[in-house]
Amino acid sequence: MESNKIEALLEKYDHAETTLAEERELKRYFAEADVPAHLDVYKPMFAYFKANEEEVFTKKLPLKTEQKYVLKWISAAAAVVLLLGFYFSRSNESQDLGTFDDPELAYLEVTKSLEMISEKLNQGTATVGYLDEVNKGTATLNYLNELENATQIIFKKQKQ
Amino acid sequence: MTQTEFLHIVTPFKDKVFRLAKRLLVSTEEAEDATQEVLIKLWKNKAKIKAYKNVEAFSMTMTKNYCFDKLKSKQSQNLKIVHSNYEDKQTALQKQVELNDSLTWVEKIIENLPEQQRLIIQLRDIEAYDFDEIAKMLDMNQTAVRVALSRARKTIREKLTHTHNYGIK
Repeated sequence: MESNKIEALLEKYDHAETTLAEERELKRYFAEADVPAHLDVYKPMFAYFKANEEEVFTKKLPLKTEQKYVLKWISAAAAVVLLLGFYFSRSNESQDLGTFDDPELAYLEVTKSLEMISEKLNQGTATVGYLDEVNKGTATLNYLNELENATQIIFKKQKQ
Repeated sequence: MTQTEFLHIVTPFKDKVFRLAKRLLVSTEEAEDATQEVLIKLWKNKAKIKAYKNVEAFSMTMTKNYCFDKLKSKQSQNLKIVHSNYEDKQTALQKQVELNDSLTWVEKIIENLPEQQRLIIQLRDIEAYDFDEIAKMLDMNQTAVRVALSRARKTIREKLTHTHNYGIK
């Protein structure tokens, strides 16, 4: 290609008036070996552009984003259900005691439950019965008193 | 939309997203993260994808905005993005030994351009979008795009002439 045509193109190029086709032509021209000395400056410029067209993105794309979201929502829902469950079971226990409309029935129920309480209490006192064993222990200790009596008698005799 | 359908839409321009992010953020790692972020955002909004007129242009705008946010937050934290990839690793480049040095010069010159001009150089001279598309992606009018592009190209050329004549800046 004649260098005056190239010079004209370069003039246009500097003013950003070249078309893409003309720019391709320039790139091709400067990729060739023999370029007049006064146009040497453009050579590395176009070579650089050309070299940079080839760089590629090689990193892998992690695209599995959806499943993670589903798991997140499931765990959040589970947590909410657990919390609600605890809340409702507690409040039921503390509030619903049951009522009676008929006073006689209520009286019967009360005596029944009081009887149950006393029965349980008696069971408790029955186990306390082991304390009797302690009393037995102290009773045997009384034999020591007998011993003392005997020694006292002896000492009294000596004094006389 | 299934994963394969999504990848089918995204694959033609994911490299462009990456290169644009790298142009702004410079570091390869940061650019990779940005690309991932942008594509995942698209995936999350995949229900709306069909409503977009031009997914590619939309993604480029998203990338631009994301990178600007990143740069702003780095600036406010008084942190510089750490990058150690000044050297271009591409083997195709390594073959052109005599050019290699000048290529890193071009890279450094572009790095020092204002962000707007960097974007436009990237979109026009590397990705070869037409002015109409660039104007839409960057939310500018076409004349403004042309002016910025012309300015950027002239700066690059002048600085390159400078380094050519004096060797080192």
